[in-house]
Amino acid sequence: MIRFESVTKQFGRRKVLDEISFEIRKGEVFVIVGASGTGKSVTLKHMVRLLTPNAGRVMIDDVVINHAYGRELERVRERFGYLFQGGALLAWMNVFDNVALPLREKTRMGKDEIARKVRETLAMVGLENDGDKMPSEISGGMQKRAGLARAIVRDPEIVLYDEPTSGLDPVTARMIDQLIARLNRQIGITSVVVTHDLHSALTIGDRIAMLKNGKVAELSTPAEFRKSRNPAVREFLDAQFITPEAQEGGF
Amino acid sequence: MIVREPRQFPETTNSLQNLGRRCLVIIGETGRCGVLLAQSLWAARHLLVSRRMRRETVAQMYVAGIRSIPVITIVAVFTGMILALQTGLVLSRYNQEIYVGSGVMVTMLREMGPFMTGLILAACVGSSMAAQLGTMMVNDEIAALEIMSIDPVRFLMTPRMVAMLVMTPVLSFYTCMMGVLGGGVVAMTQLNLKWSQYMVNAMDFADIKDLYVGLFKSVIFGATIVTVACYEGFTTEQGAVGVGMATRRSVISAFLLILVLGYFVTRIFYN
Ligand SMILES: Nc1ncnc2c1ncn2[C@@H]1O[C@H](COP(=O)(O)OP(=O)(O)O)[C@@H](O)[C@H]1O
Ligand SMILES: [Mg+2]
Repeated sequence: MIRFESVTKQFGRRKVLDEISFEIRKGEVFVIVGASGTGKSVTLKHMVRLLTPNAGRVMIDDVVINHAYGRELERVRERFGYLFQGGALLAWMNVFDNVALPLREKTRMGKDEIARKVRETLAMVGLENDGDKMPSEISGGMQKRAGLARAIVRDPEIVLYDEPTSGLDPVTARMIDQLIARLNRQIGITSVVVTHDLHSALTIGDRIAMLKNGKVAELSTPAEFRKSRNPAVREFLDAQFITPEAQEGGF
Repeated sequence: MIVREPRQFPETTNSLQNLGRRCLVIIGETGRCGVLLAQSLWAARHLLVSRRMRRETVAQMYVAGIRSIPVITIVAVFTGMILALQTGLVLSRYNQEIYVGSGVMVTMLREMGPFMTGLILAACVGSSMAAQLGTMMVNDEIAALEIMSIDPVRFLMTPRMVAMLVMTPVLSFYTCMMGVLGGGVVAMTQLNLKWSQYMVNAMDFADIKDLYVGLFKSVIFGATIVTVACYEGFTTEQGAVGVGMATRRSVISAFLLILVLGYFVTRIFYN
């Protein structure tokens, strides 16, 4: 569904992505892990053409998105929801208006229909009572959840999550994990999750890719990932006290 | 026009190359600002259909216009007072203080009114615009709009542009009036003129052409301020530091452009 073909991205002299190739399949939860600054967010931004590669191409089904523009790009982007690292809510609108924005601007839905849809989506992320608060009045975790509500309010096929659980308390983090899993199982949303929280990666992921030095260092299922002998992976697992022997789901 | 990565230029080895590169950068930026200006004006057609956009425009008028009135009033009154005092001192040597009104009026209408308004708006409104858009850029809010296929130029820049194009002539006219008023106070208290003498002289020399050219100039300044501020905002990089730099650059560029463009407009109309 999303295919990277030898994508290279440079900022100045620094190669952040170095000829990486992988494919994300329809309906799966694809997790990208890696240390800070390894280009996880850059990878996500390539999928919706917020950044364009210096070489190689990014395919969304049969559209080469690094050449798409105008209506074609708009149609591709319509299929995506994007949860940004900080939530990226518009500061001068309350939570309800932020979530309603894509519906108001881009659909012909009536006022009541929009209100119903927004309330429904806010309830999914546990913010049903916070619609009238401003982004500056709510905590970082709530901002992230509101950003998630905005990302999924138009029922996208694919949702890109940029560190959905970082900076959240463990309870909320597990709630977000469950939400991602539920959206995936019930509605069949393809999910790409960037995280450095390996617990959540191992729980919700169908496949895990690890980025290191601009390359995909490892691409495997959670069970294989846990047992991997790749030193980069081991280092990452050990840092979060995850051993190969641990049982599925029990940390 | 919205960029989220540094532009690349080949390395330079000597100062001549460096100068050439700088020129190219400036030409490129001027061109991109021109395109941005054109895009924002073209997007103004959506004002006819979008209620949200009209509401936002009115809100921006309030921000740009009403909120800067206190500062503008003070600056305008004192500009007029200084003008009256300086011309009055010279004129009084020849016992011609009676003409002080015309001096203040013509200077305010032709130059000082639009000029002072432009500088104040660049400093108050332009800088905060650049800072706001820069912050939105850094927080991925602009990217979020793009993902939702909401054009940031139409959504953010056009309301600000239209608001400014409406408010600058109004504020410029207000500045002129306040300046003439301030001049009158000096004329009465320091030059021993009667209010009526001052005003009659001022109105005698008030030319409708001066007014129109001044207002035209202020519209140009308004467009310049918004274009520069939005360009700097939309090209902000590197987090909070970048926001600071964008703000600073927007104020400096707007000041310089107001001076230079002001001169050229004057040259076109007074020859
Ligand atoms: N717009 C940009 N301009 C310049 N450098 C960038 C830009 N975006 C990301 N980078 C650089 O690319 C690298 C990877 O960034 P990022 O993908 O955000 O890391 P992370 O894996 O933590 O999400 C960083 O070193 C960052 O400095
Ligand atoms: Mg990141």
